[in-house]
Amino acid sequence: MIEAIGLSKQYGQKLAVDDLSFTIQPGMVTGFLGPNGAGKSTTMRLLLDLDEPTRGQARINGRRYREHKAPLFEVGALLEARAIHTGRSARNHLLALAATNGISRRRVDELIGLVGLDSVADKRAGGFSLGMGQRLGLASALLGDPHTLLLDEPVNGLDPEGVLWVRTLLKQLAAQGRTVFVSSHLMSEMALTAEHLIVIGQGRLIADTTIAELTKRVSGDEVVVHSEDDGRLRMLLADAGVTVVSTDTGRMRVTGMNSGQIGRIAAEAGISLIELIPQQASLEEAFMEVTRTSLEFVGTEVAR
Amino acid sequence: MTAITMPESAPSVSTGHPGVTQARVVRSEWIKLKSLRSTWFSFGAAILATIGLGILFSAVRGNDAHTNHLPVLDGTQVSLRGIYLAQLAVGVLGVLLISGEYATGMIRASLSAVPRRVPVLIAKALVFGVVTFVLCLAMTLIAFLAGQSVLHGYGYGSSLSDTGSLRAVFGAALYLTLIGLMALGLGFAIRSTGGAVATLFGVVLVLPALSQALPTSWQNRIDKYLPLNIGNELISRHSEPHSLSTGAGIVVLVIWAAVAITIGVLVLRRRDA
Repeated sequence: MIEAIGLSKQYGQKLAVDDLSFTIQPGMVTGFLGPNGAGKSTTMRLLLDLDEPTRGQARINGRRYREHKAPLFEVGALLEARAIHTGRSARNHLLALAATNGISRRRVDELIGLVGLDSVADKRAGGFSLGMGQRLGLASALLGDPHTLLLDEPVNGLDPEGVLWVRTLLKQLAAQGRTVFVSSHLMSEMALTAEHLIVIGQGRLIADTTIAELTKRVSGDEVVVHSEDDGRLRMLLADAGVTVVSTDTGRMRVTGMNSGQIGRIAAEAGISLIELIPQQASLEEAFMEVTRTSLEFVGTEVAR
Repeated sequence: MTAITMPESAPSVSTGHPGVTQARVVRSEWIKLKSLRSTWFSFGAAILATIGLGILFSAVRGNDAHTNHLPVLDGTQVSLRGIYLAQLAVGVLGVLLISGEYATGMIRASLSAVPRRVPVLIAKALVFGVVTFVLCLAMTLIAFLAGQSVLHGYGYGSSLSDTGSLRAVFGAALYLTLIGLMALGLGFAIRSTGGAVATLFGVVLVLPALSQALPTSWQNRIDKYLPLNIGNELISRHSEPHSLSTGAGIVVLVIWAAVAITIGVLVLRRRDA
């Protein structure tokens, strides 16, 4: 379990993370979503005790990260900027990290195989592609077989096969009961991987919700209706106090009432319906909507 | 890359682990030190400089003294003078051991594995200090023996059993090791390669030149505490006036390195990685 409690981080004049509170539960993949520069990487560094929070606390499994005696067995981390010395081979990089926590050489070899780096394990990491760097980063995160994983943009730079592999791996790790916290600026990727979402913008929490709720929340009650007598139905709906607009295909778009209620009004008036389609926003639209409002909110506050 | 295989279940790792210990971090730093090419290039350069220049200087100075019929020559100092070039290689390596981690981002992996941080510095200092001292002692010994055999040809050679010879050979190795540790401390404190290297050689090479601007009475009081002058004293058979004894010189060098490392510890603990 990962907890952020009123977490804030100020760099000079800039408040990179602003009073962020959330709890990440085990057993599922939680996405950490926000546009570039929203404070995701800073939050990750605060969780790992690499940076000291200006205010607030970060806890992993009930303790500050640095209080864990064997941190690699508790938490596996993949950081956005490659945390690898370019002059060292992948194998030696992993062996050096493994040694600090007393992890065996056998485990290092096993992980090199798992992430598919066997053929390049003894080459200098400086020559690695972004995708190979990500695989090496994942191998170091998994060294101690940790119960909690913190991964910053793990699919960045991977080929489609690699993306699919990471997605499957993350779901599998979550299904084993682990806490999996994955950041991304791509809603589409999170929609396929995560169950729960933490959305931030300008360092602030925008949403702490499930994927399903987020979609519902943004789409609201919006139904496209077409009947045998749209004129009469429009008046009935207007009387009921909902907004009705015409679509460019000649249908009515009704906001503020769900399809069941609309169907009942039509039935009572004896109007037969041709189409009754509840509208669902795509997650991408939902994300844009949510972040747009947050940016406007921040903008007006600054102008105040 | 080969086909991707999936883990069948949670892989098994021994759970009876005591976690991070200083000994384990030392082992990790030893793997790190030996797995970088820059380590072996730097030590190679230091060895080449010390032994090569030791032989060259011995030949040049021996010939010169012989031609001019000089009664005595400090052959020990002549054969060990190459350490002044070797200190560049050792100093740069000491800085790079940590500034290289900051430059590449490796430091974040290192500190995630050892979040209490200070054991990383202790381990680096131990591993680098021991490796540097052992290699430097071997090379100063070879430089001394090779240089003396050249000087014998001109009638100025001394042997290892002569008074002060062994002290000079050890002193030269210790000087390089302590310069290296000072470099490591500055690397932790300053983090950038350029800044730390400039500071190190500002202290070691530029301060003695600047002190020339001071009144002589001040120079006599200050110069003997500067690392370069202590180094010179350590490799010389005969003491210059206004210089520290061997023991006091070593203590002052240790203080120089300890101050740099202490600043490194404070910065490592307090500043964001």
